[in-house]
Amino acid sequence: MIRLEPRAATPAWLAVAAPTGAVAAALLVASAVLWAIGIAPLTVLRLMVEGALGSTFAMAETATRATPLLLTGLAAAIAFRARFWNIGGEGQLYLGAMAAVALGSGAIEGPPLLLVPLVLAAGAIAGALGALLPALGKVRAGADEVVTTLLLNFVIALFVQMMLEGPLKDPMGLGWPQSPPLLDEAMLPRLVERQRLHAGLLLGLLLALLLQLVLARTVWGLAVRAVGHNPRAAAYAGLPVARTTLAVAMLSGALAGLAGAGEVAGLKGYLTADLSPGYGYAGIVVAMLAGLSPLAVVPAAFLVAAVFVGADTMGRGLGISSYFADLVVALALLFVLAGGLLMRYRLRFARGPA
Amino acid sequence: MTAEAERPAARQAAGGARARPPLLRLRGISKRFGEVVANEAVDLELAAGEILALLGENGAGKTTLTSILFGHYAADAGEVLVADQEGRLVALPPGRPEAALEAGIGMVHQHFTLAHNLTGFENIVLGTEAWWRPRPAPPGARRRIEELARRMGLEVELDRPVGQLGVGARQRIEILKALYREARVLVLDEPTAVLTPQEAEGLFATVRALAADGRGVIFISHKLAEVEAVAERVVVLRQGRKVADRPLAGTSRSELARLMVGREVREPIRRPRPPGEVVLALDGVGAGSGRDRIEDVTLELRAGEILGIAGVSGNGQAALAALVAGLLRPERGRVELLGSTAALSSPAAAVRAGVGRIPEDRERDGVVGELDLAENLALERLAAPETSRLGFLRRKAMRARARRAIEAFGIRAPGPDVPVRLLSGGNMQKVVLARALDGAPRLLLADQPTRGLDVAATAFVHERLLEARERGAAVLLISEDLDELLGLSDRIAVVHRGRLAGPFPSERLDVPTIGLLMAGHEGGLPAAEVAA
Repeated sequence: MIRLEPRAATPAWLAVAAPTGAVAAALLVASAVLWAIGIAPLTVLRLMVEGALGSTFAMAETATRATPLLLTGLAAAIAFRARFWNIGGEGQLYLGAMAAVALGSGAIEGPPLLLVPLVLAAGAIAGALGALLPALGKVRAGADEVVTTLLLNFVIALFVQMMLEGPLKDPMGLGWPQSPPLLDEAMLPRLVERQRLHAGLLLGLLLALLLQLVLARTVWGLAVRAVGHNPRAAAYAGLPVARTTLAVAMLSGALAGLAGAGEVAGLKGYLTADLSPGYGYAGIVVAMLAGLSPLAVVPAAFLVAAVFVGADTMGRGLGISSYFADLVVALALLFVLAGGLLMRYRLRFARGPA
Repeated sequence: MTAEAERPAARQAAGGARARPPLLRLRGISKRFGEVVANEAVDLELAAGEILALLGENGAGKTTLTSILFGHYAADAGEVLVADQEGRLVALPPGRPEAALEAGIGMVHQHFTLAHNLTGFENIVLGTEAWWRPRPAPPGARRRIEELARRMGLEVELDRPVGQLGVGARQRIEILKALYREARVLVLDEPTAVLTPQEAEGLFATVRALAADGRGVIFISHKLAEVEAVAERVVVLRQGRKVADRPLAGTSRSELARLMVGREVREPIRRPRPPGEVVLALDGVGAGSGRDRIEDVTLELRAGEILGIAGVSGNGQAALAALVAGLLRPERGRVELLGSTAALSSPAAAVRAGVGRIPEDRERDGVVGELDLAENLALERLAAPETSRLGFLRRKAMRARARRAIEAFGIRAPGPDVPVRLLSGGNMQKVVLARALDGAPRLLLADQPTRGLDVAATAFVHERLLEARERGAAVLLISEDLDELLGLSDRIAVVHRGRLAGPFPSERLDVPTIGLLMAGHEGGLPAAEVAA
């Protein structure tokens, strides 16, 4: 007979082993699918590892992919810590991208030192406002933020399309629904010569460190944790529960918006409706893999990015759809949720009658 | 009191116990969880028609022992023997609840296991018929249940959804459920914790009827008064071992308390003290909603005084506590702390104004279980210079303060960094107490401060409340434990359906009188005292 016993604390090795194991298990199950259609799983694995880490180019590409995941992962982690279930990272990302384009494609001019921070700030603010609306709904009217943030993603996606066909359409774009390009002065600097890796990564790393510090060491961070774990007791102790929830929601939205601004200003240079292949949603997986710890979001983001990049390369080599990456990431989420049980409980194999 | 009146009958029954055949025997039961010894070589015997009290503090091993009896745990050593139909004692296979049920062992848990959307009848018969049968129960079931209910004094509405019934009625359904499955040994786990004194009397009558019917009852408790009221024999557990097994007749309460705790426990004594200025004043206050509402409440609480509020839970105590804690604003009337109405406008304002607050439900409102001890202690005063500087937590200072609280309040915890959810109920309450008493509050709200605590922890809390009073704090004590109220309070008011009777000087009250007031009979008091 198996019994579950609550753990006093999660041992450190398990906090690392559980998410890693989840990704490994996801790869295993996913390759079973490939095996069923006649592709050797080991070939798949080799191609994925090579594709993600096999060369300077591959590694730079993985780091480039990890950049938005890092930010959306932080967005989800901070929100979930306060039990604000922000599923709207995808929408907030697009809002951020749209604000960056609106401001950076010629509306104002100036040197990079001025323009880059402005464009990023615009993205953060737009994302924050996008999360504020559902947060107000939750605090004022008790509207379930899972539903409102999720549905707003679709509203925002359609809004982006409308803008790209209308006011934000590039007159020089040959009729394609895309925005005018950002000014060169508004673009984030590249980190490595001739690679796509940009300074957004440094920003993400810095923010991860900062958030870790804020959560553990500041009064506000303590309030966030208290509100997240037991809002009633937090209110009883006199903490501003509603205000904390609103602030966390806005911070979360700002991080997602930053991811969008970073993609535009660091990578693409202009906005299209397919800017993000679901970074907002994948950020949730990243946060869960990281156990909602900001610092752990960093390796988790790189892990998920490696799966994405590796699956892309592997898919091109073998002629398999790159949706394979989504399959692995989705499975990883399921496994990490199941693994969460192991983090909180210990399995006891009770012996039979003595 | 009633307890005294029942004594001769109980003693008689105890005298007859020798002749009765044994129904249940536990032999050498031992159980360890890791390093912790939960039970060590416990022997226990129960005769047909006997009422046995199982007494012990929290963590003494009562629950483990009954879980082994019921097959939830398998003992490391020892065996459980139950009499079969012919009266022969047969060993139960360990770790098999269904075998225990089959053998006629019934258990009424402290937290009921009823489906709220089903009726009482449905709950009772649930699971007794094979799943493929079209009907939930055989045709005679209804009559059998009604017959049982009548004989055992367990009248209850069988056709209402359980969710609409009161706690007492739910407990009667739990007992009926066990009886319907022909339980011959009935284990009641802390059954009076949720009942009013009157309901408890009804339960005692049922327990006696069950014994008269030839069943054996094990009555688990840590309250000495009710053990005396109902049981014939008592078994005391301490740290997993049986330290006493004797008839109750001739055993004093203080002796039982000593056996339970392992040392002398002295309840602190309230010394007379002239009350000071008015600290808290309510004038014609109406507040709250639904069942938890108070109406037209007027009272004054002075420095150096403990004012007790008695009442069946859900008569407006929650609204009163919420007002004082700063969580609720009055709709009518005025609530003043030292002459200011703004002082209780929010929880934070209440803390700033010097109100220490012990909430009714410590796990829901008192602590954040995932946060550590130091963080929980600091939670009410995050902006204070001893907690933070420029928005950053002063972790070292917080830890030092937590260590002082661990020392001063005898909190059993590995250190200031342990998450509070890992502490026992008593130690969690000490954390809440330490926080509430921090900064020498002018007013102390103590809402059910000893609920679920054992004898030693209860005495500790009482001592601290009296200390606060001695220091000149005004204490508002809301409790369902009437002995606690009578022992600590200078004056007691009784709340019934949101209205307050009293306050009366506590010297002029006793348990039956308060019981009557709790049920809404104001006529229970002589007119002169009502006026007092």
